[in-house]
Amino acid sequence: MNRIVTGAHYGLRDWLAQRITAVIMAAYTLIILYVFATGPPLDYALWKDRFAQGSMRVATLLFAASLAWHVWVGMRDILMDYVKALAWRFTLEVLVLLTIAAYLGWTVQILWR
Amino acid sequence: MRLSIYRYDPDRDAAPRMQDYQVALEPSDRMLLDALVRLKEQDDSVSFRRSCREGVCGSDAMNINGKNGLACITKLAELPDHVTLRPLPGLPVIRDLIVDMTQFFRQYESIKPYLINDTAPPERERLQSPEEREHLNGLYECILCACCSTACPSFWWNPDKFVGPAGLLQAYRFIADTRDQATSERLDSLEDPYRLFRCHSIMNCVDACPKGLNPTHAIGKIKEMMVRRSV
Repeated sequence: MNRIVTGAHYGLRDWLAQRITAVIMAAYTLIILYVFATGPPLDYALWKDRFAQGSMRVATLLFAASLAWHVWVGMRDILMDYVKALAWRFTLEVLVLLTIAAYLGWTVQILWR
Repeated sequence: MRLSIYRYDPDRDAAPRMQDYQVALEPSDRMLLDALVRLKEQDDSVSFRRSCREGVCGSDAMNINGKNGLACITKLAELPDHVTLRPLPGLPVIRDLIVDMTQFFRQYESIKPYLINDTAPPERERLQSPEEREHLNGLYECILCACCSTACPSFWWNPDKFVGPAGLLQAYRFIADTRDQATSERLDSLEDPYRLFRCHSIMNCVDACPKGLNPTHAIGKIKEMMVRRSV
């Protein structure tokens, strides 16, 4: 069967998610810039100290999760446009998801090391 | 003036080619379509669509020096001496500047471009207040020439699944119409990663529209209504 099918009702959810995650990432970037620009000169000890705080870890995790979701929506958009063969697209989408999940796991590991 | 025209007859030519013509214009020739009609006298094998010749029917949409537009309302005075004409990009070429619009109209059909209202029709007409009618301005004027949709990369990649700017402008024309009762169904049919959300607001459609309409704004309004009903 080769009928053209549409109607997967996640269009709005992902579009909205992409915008919300973008705002979160922008806010995090501004906060980080502010924290390090207004504090004492940045060195390794200070960096380590800042990232030892619970709030910083949670904020950074939120940023990483937003980035992961944002990247997923964007990457899937690209694959939907350019990869027409269903098997290829599905495989590539799974690979993208696994890569994102791996990066997210790595981020958690770095933050709570 | 010098015209370079895309020539292709799928039945005879192995591949498309560009053919150059020198066209002698008359003082009465004002629009690009006039030049094309002169050219047709010179070489009657050159094929293009035209009908109303005043920017209302949308037949003579083509790619003029790299930008989609209507030949009949493109002023010769505003064009350089050398003009390159190609068919609208992304659609199958039937011959020369004539494209197969089936996919474009299939998408237009898919948004149900007619008023849906199951209540008993009133004796005279379904009235709107001037304020309600105001919402249709900038939407109803679309002549379906396809300049916008064929300037849209999202439509090039997914013409079978993405409605395209022209269809979405019309979709919003009926969503915005207070006499229409199928708003919810219309939003349902568009809440899809392909049909509406292939639009990434690059605004090629706005740039191309020969009637000065703004499909990106209409698409934004549809998204806004979807957000409003779901949060």
